[in-house]
Amino acid sequence: MKLLSLEGSNITPEIKFDGDMGKLSLKGRSIPENALEFYQPIFEWLDEYLNSPQQKTIVHVQFDYFNTSSSKCILDVLKRIDRIDEAGHDVLIKWYYDENDEDMMEAGEDYSALLEAPFELLEIE
Amino acid sequence: MVDVYRLYERMQDNNIMLSFKGEVSFDLVKSVLDILEGRLEKIEDNPKVKKKVFNILVECLQNLGHHVETSGPAVDRDSHDNTALLMIWTEQGDYRVATGNYIKNENVEKLKAHIDKINSFESRQELRAFYQSILGNQQFSEKGGGGLGFIDIARKSGQKLDYNFKPVDEQYSFFSFQITIPKGA
Repeated sequence: MKLLSLEGSNITPEIKFDGDMGKLSLKGRSIPENALEFYQPIFEWLDEYLNSPQQKTIVHVQFDYFNTSSSKCILDVLKRIDRIDEAGHDVLIKWYYDENDEDMMEAGEDYSALLEAPFELLEIE
Repeated sequence: MVDVYRLYERMQDNNIMLSFKGEVSFDLVKSVLDILEGRLEKIEDNPKVKKKVFNILVECLQNLGHHVETSGPAVDRDSHDNTALLMIWTEQGDYRVATGNYIKNENVEKLKAHIDKINSFESRQELRAFYQSILGNQQFSEKGGGGLGFIDIARKSGQKLDYNFKPVDEQYSFFSFQITIPKGA
């Protein structure tokens, strides 16, 4: 499967989705003007990956900031991971947050409450 | 001539970090965030507060930008549709952000009810449950964020949202909004 790789910017996260390895990562900030436009290709890639996912998929999520326009899109990304889980494949969502960034920790907890897939919260120093 | 020095001193005395009045475009939003991020880097030692202030600014600017987008282009030169005011200052270590923009009278009730509801919650947990219910609700508009912005501002600041609507004419009211991010929040 084609690698989805988007360089991060001041307003958009770095995206590295490696379908062959089952390793997906989102990192940085997500404060674009039009979140849906930015996340559309990511949704499309995931929809294709859903057809034949790896035995194990690990998703690394490490945001510095995201705006509320992105929050729904991030949920839609993670909901797709849920579907891989439902289909009986191994998945793990790893949500990283900076030490002392309680807001980002809570954001992870909020998502975790809306999802079925295994979800780990990890503090980074 | 305008007494520019006096104006400057007044802004200096009031610890104004940034003040802007005009059209809010996305390029402007980006520039404002760049400037303020740089300023915060210099004046704020607490990384937690730095993040909160930046996050809240993002949401305040998004609210302003969203308003402009939905109200469409100005019909005539006198139209006050698409200009807004933004001011950020510090007061004894607390950060304060104020915004002002015109809003169509027909939209006042809905916005007022939304903010009143946010302010009615007594605990962080209630506010959080409200956020989660909107986030988890499939109905909510992907574009506007479904009103999550104000909830996020209330959650991150831990403060009540201060606002006022002033009727201007038959079509418009002026919406003033203010939030405080306490030092060491």
